[in-house]
Amino acid sequence: MRIVEKSQLMTATEIDRTVQRLAHEIVEKSGGTANLALIGVRRRGVPLANRIAHAMRGIDGVDVPVGTLDITLYRDDLSKVAAQPILQSSEIPFPVDDKDLVLVDDVLYTGRTIRAAMNGLFDLGRPQRVRLCVLIDRGHRELPIEASFVGRSVQTSDSEIIEVRLNEVDGEERVILVERVP
Amino acid sequence: MSYRFNHMLGIEPLTAEEIVFLLDQSKSFQEIQRHPLKKLATLRGKTVALAFFENSTRTRISFATAASRLGADQMNLQAESSSVKKGESLLDTVRTLDAMKPDCIVMRHSSSGAADFVARNLDVPVINAGDGTHEHPTQALLDALTIRDRRGNLDGLNVTILGDILHSRVARSNIHLLSKFGCRFTLCGPPMWLPKELESLGAAGTSIRRVTRIVEALEGADVVLTLRVQQERLHEPALPIGEYILQYQLTPERLRQARPDALVLHPGPMIRGLEIDPAVADGPQSCVLEQVTNGLAVRMALLYLMTSGGADAPSEKDSSHAAD
Repeated sequence: MRIVEKSQLMTATEIDRTVQRLAHEIVEKSGGTANLALIGVRRRGVPLANRIAHAMRGIDGVDVPVGTLDITLYRDDLSKVAAQPILQSSEIPFPVDDKDLVLVDDVLYTGRTIRAAMNGLFDLGRPQRVRLCVLIDRGHRELPIEASFVGRSVQTSDSEIIEVRLNEVDGEERVILVERVP
Repeated sequence: MSYRFNHMLGIEPLTAEEIVFLLDQSKSFQEIQRHPLKKLATLRGKTVALAFFENSTRTRISFATAASRLGADQMNLQAESSSVKKGESLLDTVRTLDAMKPDCIVMRHSSSGAADFVARNLDVPVINAGDGTHEHPTQALLDALTIRDRRGNLDGLNVTILGDILHSRVARSNIHLLSKFGCRFTLCGPPMWLPKELESLGAAGTSIRRVTRIVEALEGADVVLTLRVQQERLHEPALPIGEYILQYQLTPERLRQARPDALVLHPGPMIRGLEIDPAVADGPQSCVLEQVTNGLAVRMALLYLMTSGGADAPSEKDSSHAAD
């Protein structure tokens, strides 16, 4: 099986502009940043959450707390994946009780990662509200989960994959659509 | 980098990289001990068989708690009340357990090599929870995690081990583990527990010296590992208990010979006033309770690594992403 690049969905500038817009939207819909905290889902949700927090500082002058969540232990397919997924640490340096949380991830697809992330969050406490922010929503949900803040919605087929590449993780900055070719 | 472990029988065959991987994976499980809700569903539907052919309280409770926190069910075999007493062979007993389809067997046995023997005869993953005087790998891993947490790394430490080293699987597993990181060892205890053979333990070229005077043994130590003294092994005229306390008890005065930030470890159960002075056991250098908490993290990591995932296959490039 080969993987071929079909098209570029976002450039570095577009990613940056989208992150700025998402930050504004979150602040606006939350009526400020007072009780807000961001949780980046590993791996690429983490740099995105940090960037959104940085953008919020420009808007409100406030440092919104950012945590990271590794969802490996909460996955529902552990007995189906062949290899052993490597655990990374979750670091949430603030109590989540009564917080207004925004989960941040790169791509929303089946919804299973977000289901796992919510299970992980609720082991830590009882947030007042949890919303979801994603850079790309590509459809094909298998669970009743929707994002409150979406960078861009993209129509995709099952054989297509969206790759979000971020400087912090991949050393380059763009979003591409690739396809598995048998 | 990821490694696959079919069994966990001992520290000796592992590489330093594999040990670092296991300690890193254990870190994630340390966090869970601090969660208000400590129970995960990660191993829901899996069964861990705890087969303890030798008495154990803390190790058995630690493994049982680790399995519970991962959501796994348990089968419990305690030799005291089992068919072992009626004369059933080890192989028949574990085959019976295996026929109930556990996903992992955790076993302790008084014979060295018992876990290896079971692993060779069954297809199920086996974790050695102590076999005779051979190895106790999870204890060495939890000790290493404790040392690494306090000091940042394991490299090149001076490690002093006190007590009955001859009969100690904890000492052997610790020497195997720490020698892979270039640690140097001073073994100290009554001469009858310090045979020359101990000098050949550990990675090739490891510095191991045997010392009978405790103040000399503690000089410059970064880590002091105190072993339990089994009173049934102390008998007159070889060594009366009073004499042992006089000569080998770890007291605050003696500990001053070690480096000021030296760590004191004890695998438990700890007999205050015998091998260790209460002031040391409760002092700032003591890691005894951290060891217990870290034991849960290490055992959760091993149970997770050995019972989740399918057959051997190359690891996914980015598994966290593949789920969604």
